[in-house]
Amino acid sequence: MQSIGDALSLAVALVLSGDADLLEIVLLSLRVSLTATAIACLIGLPVGALVAIGRFRGRNAVLIVMNALMGLPPVVVGLLVYLHLSRSGPLGFLGLLYTPTAMIIAQTILIAPIVAALSRQVLEDLHTEYAEQFRSLCLTRLQTIQALLWDARYSLLTVGLAGFGRAVAEVGAVIIVGGNIDHLTRVMTTAIALETSKGDLALALALGLILLVIALGVNAAVQSVRMTAARQAYV
Amino acid sequence: MSDAMAMTAATDAVVAQRPPILPLAVRDLVLRFGDVTVLDGVSLDLGASGCTMIMGPNGSGKSLLLKLLHGLTQPTEGQILWGGHAAMEVTARQALVFQKPVLLRRSVAANIDFVLKARGKDRARRDALLDHVGLAHKAGQPARLLSGGEAQRLALARALATDPEVMFLDEPTASLDPASVLAIERIVSDARDRGVRIIFVTHDMGQARRMADDVVFLHRGRVAEHSPATEFFPEPRCAAARDYLNGRIVV
Repeated sequence: MQSIGDALSLAVALVLSGDADLLEIVLLSLRVSLTATAIACLIGLPVGALVAIGRFRGRNAVLIVMNALMGLPPVVVGLLVYLHLSRSGPLGFLGLLYTPTAMIIAQTILIAPIVAALSRQVLEDLHTEYAEQFRSLCLTRLQTIQALLWDARYSLLTVGLAGFGRAVAEVGAVIIVGGNIDHLTRVMTTAIALETSKGDLALALALGLILLVIALGVNAAVQSVRMTAARQAYV
Repeated sequence: MSDAMAMTAATDAVVAQRPPILPLAVRDLVLRFGDVTVLDGVSLDLGASGCTMIMGPNGSGKSLLLKLLHGLTQPTEGQILWGGHAAMEVTARQALVFQKPVLLRRSVAANIDFVLKARGKDRARRDALLDHVGLAHKAGQPARLLSGGEAQRLALARALATDPEVMFLDEPTASLDPASVLAIERIVSDARDRGVRIIFVTHDMGQARRMADDVVFLHRGRVAEHSPATEFFPEPRCAAARDYLNGRIVV
């Protein structure tokens, strides 16, 4: 067992050395979580927009379910995806279990409700402002959704960021469906869990540091874009 | 007349094929929200051209009448007959300029582009439309950073981009400085001269005198008077209009 100080200095050295294994884990983490975020946005944003502008029977129930799904436990999602993708499951024939694709599927299921619920709130607020003008212009529903998504783009960046943050930091779902296989499905969070249990705190801390830097970097980038947009009154 | 304001030949052809939406006849229009009656049996006949000013104290139902005529709100009772037809789809052939312009979170030019694209109009007209309202030099600027007068002129340009046959204006010059008011009046007068039917809500007596061909005076949700401007201002027939014009409180 190393002291925290030793572990930290080893971790920094590992990051600065550009260790190939470390880089592989980081890149796979980013690939899985960014892909999942992109797919979740493709699904969640239109759903959020439809619920935001739609007035239909059962809308309140849909809102309750959407909001409740934001708190989906990752291990439960992992388990459900595992059951579907395992050899005896309905999608077992695809052979996706213990692949990055399975991890992307699990993370997408985890964060699509977050993107949908948060974007619904953003778009509904904007629609309240635009609705009468849009009705006066006789816009179709599709035109309305397109306009809302475009005009809320900077706020929706934050929504996407929230989804990415959840995806890149979760461990429960990806460890179940990915299996934490070295050079294949090992991502930052699963590696941290494994290395910590093995007592190799240097690698765990190095990965933790990188996770923090990524989180800070992405947040800083989005904040900077939003501040630029705010100066132009585009937010 | 600028190029932008001139309807294209194609647009003219389409308009010629459509049944006319004017004159307008309103019959016994009632609008209630729960127990509150906002409009109480409004009847009105408006001709095919000119500028009608709708005046009256706050809460008399002016803005809601515009929304009803434009099809944004449905009446509780009564009929609105555009061109003699009750069920004609007219909203797309009209434009409404709100008191507080709702501008998209985009550049000035993009606000016009959006409407031209959404309504299938020629996007090459954008620069001429901005020039017409004196905003060509602000084309690339964020629309929501415009001053009140500029924002309203952009809203007018956007309304004109739809080639409306009827244009409703709901106190578009409220809280604007005199120069901005005159600039907007010039744009509206130009539209009227080109044949756009103007229905204009205002509290500004000077503006009403300058612009009105006829005046509809609403009071307590009813049409208290509808007279040519030449008669209304020197000699209003109803007591409420006389009090209103004399600056006495009308409730």
